[in-house]
Amino acid sequence: MKLLRGGRWITAAGLVLLAAVYVRALAFTPIERFQGPAQKIFYVHVPAAWCAMLAMGLVGVAGILFLLLKDPRFDRFGEASAEVGTVFSLVMLTTGPIWAKPIWGTWWTWDARLTLTLFLFLLFLGYLLLRGAVTDPGLKARYSAVLGICGLVLLPFIHLSVYLFRTLHPQPIVLKPSAPSLPGAMLVTLLFSFGVFTLLYVGFVVQRYALSILREPAEARDHHA
Amino acid sequence: MAETLRHAWRLARKDLLIEFRSRTAILSAAVFTVLVLMVFNFGRDPTAVAAVDLAPSILWVTFTFAAMLALNRAFQLELENQALDGLLLAPVSRASLYLGKLLANLIFVAVVETLGLPLFALFFNVAVLPFVAPLAAVIALASVGFVAVGTLFSAMTARTRFAELLLPVLLLPFMIPPLIWAVLATAALLAGRPLSEVAGWLRLLGAYDIVFVALALVLFPATVSE
Amino acid sequence: MLLADGLRHAFGAVRALDDVSFTLLPGQTLAVFGPNGAGKTTLLKVLAGLIRPQVGHARIEGGRRAVGWIGHQPQLYGQLTVRENLRFWAALYDVPGGEGRRREGALLSRLGLEAHGDRLVRALSRGLVQRAAIARALIHDPRVLLLDEPFTGLDRMAAEEFRRLLAEQGADGRVTVLVTHNVEEGTELATDVAFMRAGRFVRLEPRAGRGVDRIAAAYREAIAGG
Repeated sequence: MKLLRGGRWITAAGLVLLAAVYVRALAFTPIERFQGPAQKIFYVHVPAAWCAMLAMGLVGVAGILFLLLKDPRFDRFGEASAEVGTVFSLVMLTTGPIWAKPIWGTWWTWDARLTLTLFLFLLFLGYLLLRGAVTDPGLKARYSAVLGICGLVLLPFIHLSVYLFRTLHPQPIVLKPSAPSLPGAMLVTLLFSFGVFTLLYVGFVVQRYALSILREPAEARDHHA
Repeated sequence: MAETLRHAWRLARKDLLIEFRSRTAILSAAVFTVLVLMVFNFGRDPTAVAAVDLAPSILWVTFTFAAMLALNRAFQLELENQALDGLLLAPVSRASLYLGKLLANLIFVAVVETLGLPLFALFFNVAVLPFVAPLAAVIALASVGFVAVGTLFSAMTARTRFAELLLPVLLLPFMIPPLIWAVLATAALLAGRPLSEVAGWLRLLGAYDIVFVALALVLFPATVSE
Repeated sequence: MLLADGLRHAFGAVRALDDVSFTLLPGQTLAVFGPNGAGKTTLLKVLAGLIRPQVGHARIEGGRRAVGWIGHQPQLYGQLTVRENLRFWAALYDVPGGEGRRREGALLSRLGLEAHGDRLVRALSRGLVQRAAIARALIHDPRVLLLDEPFTGLDRMAAEEFRRLLAEQGADGRVTVLVTHNVEEGTELATDVAFMRAGRFVRLEPRAGRGVDRIAAAYREAIAGG
């Protein structure tokens, strides 16, 4: 099916470029002065977190569009985005501690970015559990949309809670209002990585979306059985 | 507008009449509150940690669980009695249905909190009287925050399997921000910090409440319509 | 008074309503006969405004305020008494206090419920509950009655009394739509009959004084043939 094949190509491209990110990060980007080589996980860590947040935001937007336009395609997209977001959150939640251990000596820290991702993971988990608990497809779509929209609205509040903390995490260097204060080569690697992760997000979501279209006749049969 | 509020109050009255007639829920919540406060008291080492440090967290854990007890019951009532269709048929707006439930839940939670706060002050030997007004404001605002979202979600989970398990899971990410602000504000108050510091938390809690009550009012019809 | 125009509604692949249109004027009672799954309940829900039809529209003069519904579910709160239930529903429909009390008394006596007025609904037998449900539906003096298999659970005497009550409603200029799979129960009350199968009205015509046997025969023919 065309959509699925397209998705696979995009994902393949993304994975190849991901390898390029690794190479660039490890070999061609300078080592950060205070944190040493372990800092390099930053180039995977931060974009993954960003993609998880993007995924959640899009689940919310899909929810709004579904409630307004009643088109089931938005619901399918929301489901796909939520599943992909869950994966990215898990990546973040495993790479985060891996980074934290050598730097700060503990596996888990309640710092801003990790906490934010934990929130996202819980939101995605709730979304998927809700979908699992509702059998009627119309109800499932509507409830998911409601939850997704609430999640989207929660995002700014999560930021507010999290950044009000004293945090061990380095300040969000790239997202400061003034010009990003990372030195040139690091910034390039980071932005490149952002692009790659977004590409991966798109690839995975397209595939997952295609799969849900393919699965639809079987699911309809199960529901009416 | 006045009609909406009137209907909402009528609906809330019905819920409260039923809850307080059976008294099971309120008693469970009261017993639970006492239990939690006692366990926390025996569990801590007084030499290691000062009561004032732990107190806000303990208070809020207790209140949160009480809120969960109320929320689980919320739409179960309609489902048990299969009265939801009747309510949807009646010439009352969906907004009244939501506000009625919200009001009933808030009153329930308020009763538990009114019982819990003095007990808490007693067990942990914490002086709350000097700042009881700002503390009440913090408690009120935070409670509205999670009960508003909880009421919306309970309309959805009431019809699912494992409703009592699903509701807390869905609600958790939405309870944490107001809880955090409430705990920090409570800690600031108990430590005698100036009111201007606490005002910041109050503003945040207020903003959260306004946003989520408004959102719930907009989204609620989608959870009950067909 | 009641208008249905080109109603179509499907649940997934199942067509519950397939181009249903009719108009009813004050005093008419339409009995809709059909086997289970014919779409009768869906029709009532669309008329009541509980479901918005995918195609077409239904209009009842007076809106939701004018509609009374009696169905499988009594829509009464088991934890409240009969009177408390009546008062609650009367308040939701904005029935003024004095008028509400008067009707409450009249309905309780008419339906043989005076002795049970202050008993909790959950303590009542199925037959009494159904009678209380009838009282609930009539407390706000609806101009239009929608009945979904209302005779279920009623014994012969109660059914007779209910039929008399309904006949009065018709005489008072009300519109009634009664759906049932049981031709015996609905025929006498009807001024018009419709036979429904797979979402369509196979026949829609005045009863024209025909008795139960002739209607039953016409029904069998319409449903079997078609």
